Amino acid sequence: MHAAPAEESTTVLSELERRILNRLQDGMPICDQPYLAVANELGITEQALLDKLQAMLDARILSRFGPMFHAERLGGGLALAAMTVPEETFDQVAEQVNQLPEIAHNYQRNHHLNMWFVIATEQQPDVDTVVERIEQITGLPVYNMPKIEEYYVGLRFNV
Amino acid sequence: MSASALMSEPGYQLGAIDRQLIKLTQAGLPLVSKPYHELASQVGISPDEVKARFQRMQEFGVIRRIAAVPNHYRLGFRANGMTVWNVPDAEISRLGPKIGALDFVSHCYHRPRHLPDWPYNLFAMVHGHSKQDVQDHISAIADLIGDYNQGCDVLYSTRILKKTGLRLAD
Repeated sequence: MHAAPAEESTTVLSELERRILNRLQDGMPICDQPYLAVANELGITEQALLDKLQAMLDARILSRFGPMFHAERLGGGLALAAMTVPEETFDQVAEQVNQLPEIAHNYQRNHHLNMWFVIATEQQPDVDTVVERIEQITGLPVYNMPKIEEYYVGLRFNV
Repeated sequence: MSASALMSEPGYQLGAIDRQLIKLTQAGLPLVSKPYHELASQVGISPDEVKARFQRMQEFGVIRRIAAVPNHYRLGFRANGMTVWNVPDAEISRLGPKIGALDFVSHCYHRPRHLPDWPYNLFAMVHGHSKQDVQDHISAIADLIGDYNQGCDVLYSTRILKKTGLRLAD
């Protein structure tokens, strides 16, 4: 289970944590000892970098460290979709939608289109099948909004 | 043409070993001195082959980069607005990259409209310390779009209903 955003407290980063984070948002080289290469750039030991990364993961300052995969290029289908769900049946519809394994994320948002989810499938054409299935089980129209063009993806916080 | 047909991109055919490597690193790269050696011993191939496969996946864009993903809530970015814009289709490919280049934007996409209910075709996720920050960011985007701005809105998430990672079938 993930904590709701508001329940997570803000962390004050040390100067070293800031430098590590700013450096490693850009990407690490693929070589035998990549942590050593980055540690040398930062002027610390390899072990100090590894320990710090583990500590930042444990403290949930980092949500992840590793390859950032481009989901569509793994050969599967991916789409953002939205629905207008009546308040009185919202939780029930959320349950119906969430039970499908193809639903990767689902958020309630403050708009008349109040349920927004990401559909991720093994094969591209399966997205349309999942959309139809959700319309069938919920009886509500689904707006499918697959990306037409991507202009930027990345989280780069200069901290 | 359907919107999903427009999404097709030059593909890279993943092999069984690539898929194994992806599964092993979905949660993260091993935090050891020689991470590719560690993966090599788990898969039963040479470290050079592991590195070569990661290089190739990165060249083909299957892997964007090997990087740290900060938890923006913990870093104080608590206001995360999905800003949506209605811009002329003829201008969107020119405007999109400019908006994506703003440092407070994490994702920027062209998506289909659903008229008349949903007139917006440009999506930009915007991050700030407060909703006021997000409002300032929205003003900056509006300045960039200028006279082509035919309407905009901002949606905030009020509840996470489900959140799972990327998954690959066996």
